[in-house]
Parts: sequence; structure tokens; C-alpha cells
Amino acid sequence: MDDMLLRLDNVSKHFGGLKAVDEVSFSLGRGEILGLIGPNGAGKTTCFNLVSGVYAPTSGKIFFEGASTGGFPPHRMAALGVGRTFQVVKPFATLSVLRNVMVALGQRRYGAVLSSFARWETPALRKEATALLEEVGIADLAEAPSGKLPLGNQRRLELARALALKPKLLLLDETFSGLRHEEVALLSRLVLDVRSKGIAVLLIEHNMKVAMGLSDRLVVLDHGRLLAEGSAEDVRSNPRVVEAYLGKGASSHAS
Amino acid sequence: MSDYSITILNFIAIQAIVACGLNVIVGYAGQISLGHAAFFGIGAYSSALLTTKAGLTFWAALPLVVLITAAIGLVLGMPSLRLREDFLAVTTIGINFIVESVFLYVPFFGGALGLGGIPSIVFFGTRLRGANFLYLCLFFLALVLLISRRFTKSWAGLACFALREEETAASSMGVSPVRFKLMAFVIGTAMAGLGGALYAHQMRFISATDFGFPLSVMMMSMVVLGGIGTLWGPVLGALILGVLPEVFRPLVDYRMLLNAAILLLMIRFQPDGLLGEGSLLRRIFPKRGETSHG
Repeated sequence: MDDMLLRLDNVSKHFGGLKAVDEVSFSLGRGEILGLIGPNGAGKTTCFNLVSGVYAPTSGKIFFEGASTGGFPPHRMAALGVGRTFQVVKPFATLSVLRNVMVALGQRRYGAVLSSFARWETPALRKEATALLEEVGIADLAEAPSGKLPLGNQRRLELARALALKPKLLLLDETFSGLRHEEVALLSRLVLDVRSKGIAVLLIEHNMKVAMGLSDRLVVLDHGRLLAEGSAEDVRSNPRVVEAYLGKGASSHAS
Repeated sequence: MSDYSITILNFIAIQAIVACGLNVIVGYAGQISLGHAAFFGIGAYSSALLTTKAGLTFWAALPLVVLITAAIGLVLGMPSLRLREDFLAVTTIGINFIVESVFLYVPFFGGALGLGGIPSIVFFGTRLRGANFLYLCLFFLALVLLISRRFTKSWAGLACFALREEETAASSMGVSPVRFKLMAFVIGTAMAGLGGALYAHQMRFISATDFGFPLSVMMMSMVVLGGIGTLWGPVLGALILGVLPEVFRPLVDYRMLLNAAILLLMIRFQPDGLLGEGSLLRRIFPKRGETSHG
């Protein structure tokens, strides 16, 4: 039955007594953009960490391309084709921008001991890395130490790193937050480009305009539970969603 | 040069080899090890036992010594490297004390009397003493530096830098943390084993206390002083900390105090070491891209 790229089946993640993600199920098709939204603390980033392998689910199953991958470590998920960015940017600070991308390009070589002793700096790979940096528009910063870049450029770098993995699924954790208008527009175009290549995108976004504009479908989480699912229109008019965001009684004013 | 200065230089070269090994672990992969002297000792004891009890020549024993040390590094690193930062530091200190006690209390390793009668190294019929032994040490130091440099240019090296900077991000880029930390640990301990073998045949008598925790701290000081994660830093650190006690011989009672003062001043004014990024020496003599950084 699995022509879906990613499927979460009653997935829970508990930290002690806290149910960060509680029996959540949703799925994502190839080339689809799915927006994951919800108030702070709804469990969105925990969901990302479950899909990318940072956490193993407490219960439930995660399927990627039909195979159960719950509990796989992050480097295996990367090898399977899951690329991600981080809500709090995590550049390899002392390494140059180009080397940051190189680390991700090495993904195919880390598996075997022998190939990991080959030289990493070849003209072909330099070109590949530069092309990725051009795609996100920071090729001129290739030699700058990544830790000293402004936030916007670090977010672009994270996107370039994730794309270097040649992912089938791209997880974008608030990639648009803290960016200027032009930057948001540029990255939105980029995300649509990525999708047109058949890469599915799961994105967490607080900027509703961006989230609703980009996503084919939305999944709303609240307190770890799935609150609603559907098109931007459905979700916007769902009284439970309005309540979760604005509080009880707000839905009557909103409508 | 007097025999005395050559002996001092021999020690410096050997310590530089071992410090280079520590630099691979701490500088390149970012894993704190405060038990490096244990692997130096394992190398020394393996070579001593293989040449005295098993009757091998130094040259026949050497590959085995490096293998044995690396294998023990692999076995001890596997559980330890799952820990991070201060927990790893404490665990490696523990490894140092355990290894030292094994040498001290197990009769097979000579107990408190240590191991004596270790043969000199013979190279094409000549016994290597004095300057000739120094050339041998310098040859191995050059080899260790070449391997270190090659490591920084390899995918494994790049993976280690990424782990050092940001473990979660690195693993999301396909880097297996355990695999690459272990790789750096094994390469570093193998280098310590090589240094240990040279030490045993230079001293021709070794005992457990030669490889205690204070030596591990000294090794770490060399790496930090010279420039952590740089190619030549550990060599410069070994040279300075090896020569200083000779220069300050009249102040022998205050030697440890001086060492501590130097380290504190370094940490305050040149936290990346003498050859680190943005250090005074680097500003005077710009680099040609030798470091692991940008």
C-alpha cells in the first residue's frame, strides 16, 4: 500500500511524563510539500527529530519508502535520503562555507573505511559544492568561516548542506524565521524548485503566510496531538485550530 | 652536540610523536582524552616484552606493537567514546590509572621492579645510539606528521572536524559519530604505541610510573600550548615543554609552578595555542593552509 514516501503510524515520543508527540499519524507523498504547524510546544520539532532519527519513537511506527525506519540513527536516515535543517542553526562553525557543504557531499563515502581515506578536495567536488552554494545564492562566501555569517546566510547554508545529500525528503525546521522579505521570497522559490525535482518537503513554519502559501497540505499539532489535517482553506476555517492558536471563544470573533 | 642534549632531543622527539597522536583525538576529532600516557605505556611494554621474552628484533616487533596498541585503543574506545566531554575526560583518566596498575601489580609485567634488559635498536648491523637514535626518532616523527596531514585531507578527517564542531548536524549529514571518533582514537593510540616502543628502546628499562596520569596531563599541555588541531602545534609544544625544564634547571623546585604559569598565560592570551587561528605567531608568519581550520 505504500506509495507514500513517509508515513507515521500512531507515533508517540514521551520524555518521562511529558507526551511531546502523542499517537500522531500522517503521511507524505513524493514531491509533496506538507506544512507542519501548531503553537509553541506542540511537538513539531520532536516530530522532525523522530523522522530524521535523532530520537527513537516510544511507540508507533515510521515508514520511509515503505520500510520501517523508527529508531534508525541520523546518519542512516541521511543515507536513505532524508536531509534536514535545524531550528537553531548548527553550522560547523570553524569550517568554511564550502567545507560545510563538502561534509554533506561526503555522505556516500563515510560508509566504507577505505573510501573514507580518499582525499576530499577534488576539483569535481569543489564544483559540485560551488554549484549548490550558487543555488542558494551564497557562492561568493565560499571561503568565509561559517560561524561568522549572519543568520540568513547560515540558514541558506543549511539548505545547501541538506540538498548536497541528494535527499528524497527535505525537512525544513523554521528555515524562514528571522529572514528579511527578499530572503523569504528567494528561499520560497527555491523550495518550489526543489519540489519540482520530485523532492518532498516537510516544513515547520510559524509564518502562516509562508506556510499556507507553500504547502499543498497542512498538518496541525497541538500539545503533541494531531489537531487537524487538510488544505490551507480547511485548516484556516477549522474552529479547533483557531481555538488552539487564539484561545477559547476566539473562533466566534474570527469568523 | 653533547650526549646530554641529544638525549633531551630524543625525549622531545618521542613526546612529539605521542602528542601528535593525542592531537588527532583531541584536536581533529574533538574528543577529550586525559589517559593518553596509558597507550604510550602499552606501546612501551609490548615492545619490551616482545623483544625480551619473545626474542623478536625491534623491527619485527614494531608492527605488532602498533597493532596491539591500536587494538586495545579500539576496545577501550568503543564504550568510552559514547560519552561526551567531561564524562569522557573522567573515563580516560580512569583508563590511565587502570593500565598503570596492571603494569604495576601483574607480575608478568615486571611489577614494581619494571622491565629491564631491553635491547638497543640495531639497524643494518649498527646499534643505534645518540645521534643515530635521534635520526630514527625524527624519521618516525616525520612519518607521524605526514599521516596526520593526510588524515586532515581525507573524508575521515573532514567527518571528524564536522563531529568536533556539531555532532547532531554531522550525523544528519551521514557521519556516524561512533565510527569516526573511534577511527581518530585508534589512529591516535597507534601513534602513542609507536612512541612507546621508541621510548622503551631508548631507556632500555621501563616501569609503570613512567606512564602515569601526570604524563597524560603533560601531553595535553603540549597540544594545548602548541595549538590544538594544528599540524605542527604538538611538535612545538613538546619542544617548549621539553626544553624549559633544562633552561630553568636552577629553578628546579619551581618547575611545576612555571609550567602552570605558562599554561594559564596561554589560556588567557592565546587560547588557540601558539600556532592556532589568529595567534601572535600566525599573524607574524601567515600560514599556507596547514591547519584544520577554514
